[in-house]
Amino acid sequence: MKAWFEHAWRGLLLGVMTLFVVNVALMIAAVATSSFARRWLGTWLPDGWTTNWYVAAWKEFQLGSVLWVTVEVVFAVVLLSLVIGVPAAYTLARRNFPGKRLLMLLFLLPLMVPPITYGIPLATVLYKAQLAGTINGVILANLIPAAPFVILVMTPFIEQIDQNLESAARVFGASTARMFWHVLVPLLAPGILAASLLILVRTIALFELTFLTAGPDSQTLVVALYYAVFAAGVRAPQSVDAMAMIYMLVTLVWLLIALRFVNPTQLVSRVREQPLTA
Amino acid sequence: MSATASLSRAPFDRALLLVVPAAAFMLLLFVYPFLYGLGLSFEPKEGGALGNYKHFFTTDNLWPTIWTTLRLALPATLINVGLALPIAYKMRVKTRYQRWVTTILVVPITLGTVLIAQGALTYFGPRGWLSQTLQLFHIYDGPIRLTHNYWGVLISLVISGFPFAFLLILSYITGIDPVLARAAATLGADRAAQFRHIYLPLLAPGLAMCFCLAFVQAFSVFPSAVLLGSPAGPTRVISIAAYEAAFEQYDYSLASAIAMIMGFVQLVIVAAVLSMRNLFYRGPVVGGKG
Repeated sequence: MKAWFEHAWRGLLLGVMTLFVVNVALMIAAVATSSFARRWLGTWLPDGWTTNWYVAAWKEFQLGSVLWVTVEVVFAVVLLSLVIGVPAAYTLARRNFPGKRLLMLLFLLPLMVPPITYGIPLATVLYKAQLAGTINGVILANLIPAAPFVILVMTPFIEQIDQNLESAARVFGASTARMFWHVLVPLLAPGILAASLLILVRTIALFELTFLTAGPDSQTLVVALYYAVFAAGVRAPQSVDAMAMIYMLVTLVWLLIALRFVNPTQLVSRVREQPLTA
Repeated sequence: MSATASLSRAPFDRALLLVVPAAAFMLLLFVYPFLYGLGLSFEPKEGGALGNYKHFFTTDNLWPTIWTTLRLALPATLINVGLALPIAYKMRVKTRYQRWVTTILVVPITLGTVLIAQGALTYFGPRGWLSQTLQLFHIYDGPIRLTHNYWGVLISLVISGFPFAFLLILSYITGIDPVLARAAATLGADRAAQFRHIYLPLLAPGLAMCFCLAFVQAFSVFPSAVLLGSPAGPTRVISIAAYEAAFEQYDYSLASAIAMIMGFVQLVIVAAVLSMRNLFYRGPVVGGKG
């Protein structure tokens, strides 16, 4: 009876996964097909093929400079959010102090409210500080969800690390800085990489805050794509499809690079891969 | 420094300074603008201080947006976390296919709203491949209606939200030492019992966090509700109302009020989920011999 149940469960899981993957793959294939299509109306395949939509998308939207801005923003956000977030996560995981719950709340709230909620007033404040419309303003705005995200992802990782390792380092006379660098960072490296990966992908995809704070020279790819769809008048769906494909390929490259270095299932390196004894 | 003064009896713990940059950053760039928006919401174009809120709860195309949004966001989050948990649990053990399957499941994270919207319109539409396939095999002969309504938005929320939930839960699950489950096994626990009594309690904080993050994504749904739903009717979500107030009526005060209501509804749900986190065990999960 039990074996039967486990088989059924495994089959069900496999079925759901296959359904999801197949439908998503076909959906991407539909967009890809459309982006190369001359005309495609309700048939299995389009009437003819062309690459003109890609050429048009690249020329019209100065994708080269948009891509460069995207790279600058994303890397600055990843780096700064780690520098701000990891030390804070350490303190929150290890220390108890008055006001700790309040501080946790302060870091939770930006992730727990929709970006639109604080995005509109933030844009006003940035305009006053003459930062709106610049790449620095975009980076600052994107850091608001990114830095707390690092803290939230890293705190459980740090909680899991045995505190005795730190005590041992202390016993041998290591300062906080040395202990951080030689004991914690190596142990946390997988978690830090995972957090960077998630932030990288989230920042590329984060629309609202960039949209509200970016100027013409500081648009990231997702905002440029939005303008291409909504602000440029009537546009052939194939042209939008072509740009969406470019967006996907850019994100995909970064994701695959990241997955090359981080196996998402091995984020916590201390876990043994094979059972030592059964 | 007041912090030092209040702790003057004990020697000051300098590790506390590590949290200062993050706290200052959040105060300056999140709390201050947020309070600014809150103040703005109490200065309506007309009516008393509560004019905007009265307007929201008495206007027929404003207050129902709360339910519309919850009706989309809650099922989407439950589906995403509910699917991600068993699949991530299965993927925790290293096998030949594990890395490939994981990568394939994470790839939809790269799609972006516009691509999902375009793809769903093309693929799930009444003349799309799915519809044509179903008709070819006579599984369902009528035109399927999966776009420009509730289902279109739900599909898009699942496609964009699932990979994220999966990745997050996977990283939490693989942080749990399998030695604990093996110890349980030697004491006679079968697989179901191992999951229920070892993994689930240790996973609870991560699950709660994952649920909240997934819910936020679904709750602030905006582009797909416009592109894939019917933004005038069944998928008129609350962010559409906020957007219209700000960028079509240029009433930033009303827009702020709607944003504050949006934030409040969301925080009620999130607070309920997070308060459950404290019911579970916290501490070292993979410590050495200690």
